[in-house]
Amino acid sequence: MSLTVAVVTAGLSQPSSTRILADLLADAVKAQVSARGESVKIEIIELRDLAQDLATTMVTGGLPTPKVAAAREILATADGLVAVTPVFTASYSGLFKMFFDILDPDTLRNVPTIVAATAGTPRHSLVLEHALRPLFAYLHALTMPTGVFAATDDFGDGAEGSGLAGRVRQAASELTTQMMQAGNAVAGFVQSDSDLTRRVSGNSLGTTPDFATLLKGHAGTL
Amino acid sequence: MEFGIFTVGDLTPDPTGRKSQTERERLQSIRKYALKAEEVGLDVFAQGEHHNPPFVVSSPTTNLAWIAAKTEKIKLTTSTTLITTNDPVLIAEDFAMLQHVSDGRVDLMMGRGNTGPVYPWFGKDIRQGIPLAIENYHLLRKIWREEVVDWEGQFRTPLHGFTLAPRPLDDTAPFVWHGSIRSPEIAEQAAFYGDGFFHNNIFWNIEHTAQMVKLYRERYEMYGHGAKENAIVGLGGQAFMAETEKKAKDFFRPYFDNAPVYGHGPSMEDFTKMTPLTVGTPEQVIERYLGMADQVGDYQRQLFLLDHAGLPEEVVLEQIEILGKEVVPVLRKEFEARRPEGVRSNAPSHEELAALPADADYRQVISSPVARAAQAEEAAKKAESK
Repeated sequence: MSLTVAVVTAGLSQPSSTRILADLLADAVKAQVSARGESVKIEIIELRDLAQDLATTMVTGGLPTPKVAAAREILATADGLVAVTPVFTASYSGLFKMFFDILDPDTLRNVPTIVAATAGTPRHSLVLEHALRPLFAYLHALTMPTGVFAATDDFGDGAEGSGLAGRVRQAASELTTQMMQAGNAVAGFVQSDSDLTRRVSGNSLGTTPDFATLLKGHAGTL
Repeated sequence: MEFGIFTVGDLTPDPTGRKSQTERERLQSIRKYALKAEEVGLDVFAQGEHHNPPFVVSSPTTNLAWIAAKTEKIKLTTSTTLITTNDPVLIAEDFAMLQHVSDGRVDLMMGRGNTGPVYPWFGKDIRQGIPLAIENYHLLRKIWREEVVDWEGQFRTPLHGFTLAPRPLDDTAPFVWHGSIRSPEIAEQAAFYGDGFFHNNIFWNIEHTAQMVKLYRERYEMYGHGAKENAIVGLGGQAFMAETEKKAKDFFRPYFDNAPVYGHGPSMEDFTKMTPLTVGTPEQVIERYLGMADQVGDYQRQLFLLDHAGLPEEVVLEQIEILGKEVVPVLRKEFEARRPEGVRSNAPSHEELAALPADADYRQVISSPVARAAQAEEAAKKAESK
């Protein structure tokens, strides 16, 4: 199988430690997938490049610019997601939130997701638990037990298998296991729940119930 | 093909420091625009409906009746009529009256409104928007088509032995369009009844509009009203025109930048690229709008928003003149030239509908022969199993 992983980074500086962490996670996922004999395509979405488009979509009642539509498509079809934000004002950044605000709420249903964040100090490391996990819970994403927080100091962390490198590898391993499991399960006797896991990019209309269903109970006959 | 203008009736201050209009002046202007539209040969005038500032267009048929009295040919319609929050009995009455008052020069467009608080002001729940649109419109069809109505539904008190008076003109309901920007359920509704489908088109990109129209056309055919090329489609549009592109952009830019819906957002350049808003020469408007039929198929009605965002009255009157005298004649000619044999040019007129026989699909509440057949089959099954 060939997998696609979307990597969303809200880093603003060039270079940005948020992007560095995103790259570390992407590389670790690649290594884990290859180790299991498959291939993976990494799609990086730099929110800095989308900032104006996101603002346009927000203030025009949701009109997606071509770049926004393309990003939505990537997220609606990805097998996994890595979402990385800098900590601003004790939470994910506004730009990070704006991106997830313009997604159709069904885009990330059941998508294996790594939540990650960067900051100058470890003071706000619980941002993963208090801000990111609830956000992705609302979107019904499948968030990995291991989230990765990197303070500036962590990038200098040493020993192999400990600290940041260890957490990155752990999260990537969890994500890879989940991605490779999805869709491999035997169908079994239970009726497919495909409706419950249907993902939507918001770029096209989706399915509409037929009118007989819509009119039911409203035709006015006693 | 029918061309015209629509107003959403906004009362927007002039951002260039010119004296802004009062409510009275704005309403006077709207009436002038309707008369001007007829004068320059446009076919349709549409008025929106709102129930709060900064708009002045509550009670739509009051204004439309005045315009009917002062005009002879132009067709009057709405953009839109709120089928969610208005009592369908009242809509039935208001528009039957308007038919009589205008000698049939009326159709109307159903919409759900974009202002949340209107729902509770009229005693409705916004979360029921789609079911309201569906139940209310079905009742509206019954009231126009059945002499004695017995009805019980979810959103209004029951009717027993109710007869509309006056009946619709020539016992023929006005033609109905359904307008929707994003909800495919409304395209489905329009297709089910074989009514027209109108897409606002102006705040969105044409690719999205095309998807909605495609859905409507396919379902129109599925419900047995005819080939999908023969479905009845209308589009909105918006333009500001001057002799040169630069003049148009320079004049319109402050109005765009401060406009109620998209002001203080994307630049005019970005917005005109992404949406049908065209700011430039009449030739540029012609070229842009000729391209619409490539996206949605040959369609029957094109309306333009020209009086938005606080533009001064004399400017809007000039825009209507340019639209009617320079743009529409070319569009009309070109759209007719590309229209295949057998695809209708206009939405049905009152005369055409009034001439239909008593058993015509249009005169049935359930106008879809496919749906009627399915109903009959189900009824037969039930009778059998008893």
